[in-house]
Amino acid sequence: MTPSPDAAESALRCRGLVKRYDEVVALAGLDLEVRRGECFGMLGPNGAGKTTAVEIFEGLRSADEGDVEVLGERWRGDGLGLRRRLGIQLQETKFPDKLHVREVLSLFRTFYPRGLGAAEAMTLVGLEEKADAQVRTLSGGQKQRLSLACALIGEPELLFLDEPTTGLDPQSRRQTWEIVEGLKARGRTVLLTTHYMEEAERLCDRVAILDHGKVIALGTPRELVASLGAEHVVEVTVDDGASSALTADVLAGLPSVEGVAREGARWRLTVKEVHRAVPALLGALAERGAAPTELTTHHASLEDVFMALTGRRLRDA
Amino acid sequence: MLERTGDRSRSPLAELTLVRLKELSREPEAVFWIFIFPILLAAILSLAFRSRPPEALPVAVVTGPHGDARLAALSAQPELKPRPLDEAAARQALARGQVVLVVSADDPPVYAYDPTQPDSRAARLAVDAALQRAAGRADAFTPGRAEQTEPGTRYVDFLVPGLLGMNLMGTGMWGIGFSLVMARQGNLLKRLVASPVRRSHILGAQLLSRLIFLVPEAGALLLFASLALGVPVRGSLLLLLGLSLFGAAAFSGLGLLAGARPRTVEGASGLMNLVMVPMWIFSGIFFSTERFPHAMQPFVQALPLTALNNALRAVMLEGAGLAPLLPGLALLAAWGAISFVVALKIFRWQ
Repeated sequence: MTPSPDAAESALRCRGLVKRYDEVVALAGLDLEVRRGECFGMLGPNGAGKTTAVEIFEGLRSADEGDVEVLGERWRGDGLGLRRRLGIQLQETKFPDKLHVREVLSLFRTFYPRGLGAAEAMTLVGLEEKADAQVRTLSGGQKQRLSLACALIGEPELLFLDEPTTGLDPQSRRQTWEIVEGLKARGRTVLLTTHYMEEAERLCDRVAILDHGKVIALGTPRELVASLGAEHVVEVTVDDGASSALTADVLAGLPSVEGVAREGARWRLTVKEVHRAVPALLGALAERGAAPTELTTHHASLEDVFMALTGRRLRDA
Repeated sequence: MLERTGDRSRSPLAELTLVRLKELSREPEAVFWIFIFPILLAAILSLAFRSRPPEALPVAVVTGPHGDARLAALSAQPELKPRPLDEAAARQALARGQVVLVVSADDPPVYAYDPTQPDSRAARLAVDAALQRAAGRADAFTPGRAEQTEPGTRYVDFLVPGLLGMNLMGTGMWGIGFSLVMARQGNLLKRLVASPVRRSHILGAQLLSRLIFLVPEAGALLLFASLALGVPVRGSLLLLLGLSLFGAAAFSGLGLLAGARPRTVEGASGLMNLVMVPMWIFSGIFFSTERFPHAMQPFVQALPLTALNNALRAVMLEGAGLAPLLPGLALLAAWGAISFVVALKIFRWQ
């Protein structure tokens, strides 16, 4: 291996990663680089290949093709040396029901040559009060925080979080976000996968958007949104009868409108200035004798970036 | 910080073992099946198959000129319970099984009985001997009696080593196989593999905790059997314990094999029943393996539980030493070792 000039800055790199399960291609040539000290997000819908990629990075699966380098090392043998430097949170781990929180943490602590005490780890994720509670009595969010504490207990150089907030209620999700923000503040390198765009926007320094096992966009959340060319999204739903008179050309010709997409009776316009586009839109509807049944506007988000790139939503119903 | 060094004092293997023991001891069901169930079974079965005093055989004497004399002669026999009936009632009582033999009013009498019934045959011998003697026949000699009802030959004595063997099999299979499949199903196994801990420690802890748990488990059953049921341990107690450990280790290998692949608890249950049910039937837990036909014996004797049960009985009931046990132990070791190696080869870690 020839040492690359920025090897020291890179916590993880992969090149040309391919993974097939029978006929299904999970990864179709994935290239990524995570820099030290950043929080890197892999955003994509279910089935985009996020978990497969993370498990290859974690040394739990092997790729069919391609190369992975984690903290300057490649997976080989039992990889115990490398594992001591990583913190891993799987999508879902069911810890033994009858063990106490403290016992689970003490167990994981024995795997690492150095690291936090069980008490410190509990403080870090806000589980101090549950120290002597059995795992089965914990809520979903508390179980997820226990799993996060297990990932943190060896004071890892690189932390993998696979969908850390999937299935959590909004309050637990915010708690998890605060913990990750605390880690970022202490300069930890984090790689997280998510299909919540607001999570990626809030936590990640850089985001790779994945679809069908490939990176389709990469950048800071701000850069990605800026790539839309407009900062706002207007969504309007019109009666079926009237909407036939409405065409994409008509809408694209309205002032300040940068892009037009259609989903059934609903139109999505990416616009620069809402106050100019909306009156013009309502005027165009009135001319055609149509009234909108629903009209909403919001700041453009990563979700809109994903839709602009793929024509689909991140979370398909 | 002090804790940073303090937490590291235990090895991963020791901590994994300890955690498994804590988990087991907090599971009320596990405690019931491991400790209470075999004791309950031993108690109930010893009650059902307790040795009863022999019951007197009911016979009928048809009323007539010789009736009273015959009735008196038969009443003197403790093993007979004669009663006088008229001809028709006596026939009916025999047909209904209320008596096992009818002595007719003729002279000499006719014995009506069913030669296919052991009780009927026994009654014929006893009645005939009593009537002949009353008619003046002298016995050529009076034989001595040696009744066999001392501890060591009762059903419960046969049963307890079998139950011990059954328990060693059950907890080895369930304790290891089931807990591995649970851990796999809940992603815990994957999470452990993702940690810097040796795979041999993950599996070794399962085995170690199993063997540690065995001591109170076998101890409870043997203590109960010895104190409450008077079951003897004629051989060395140390040898018995060693044998139990050996058996538990062998069945842990089988448990590891049964738990090596299944992704779900349901899948594992089916597999374990497939392994255990034949041994419950064929390995001489509740009755002797000798009852199976000769042609089946190679299969019956090749089962690991048969080998373990035979060895346990030899030590407990016959006071056998180590030497005669060796062939059986070799068979058991082969089962354990082969399952262990195959299990490690095909083990599904995630």
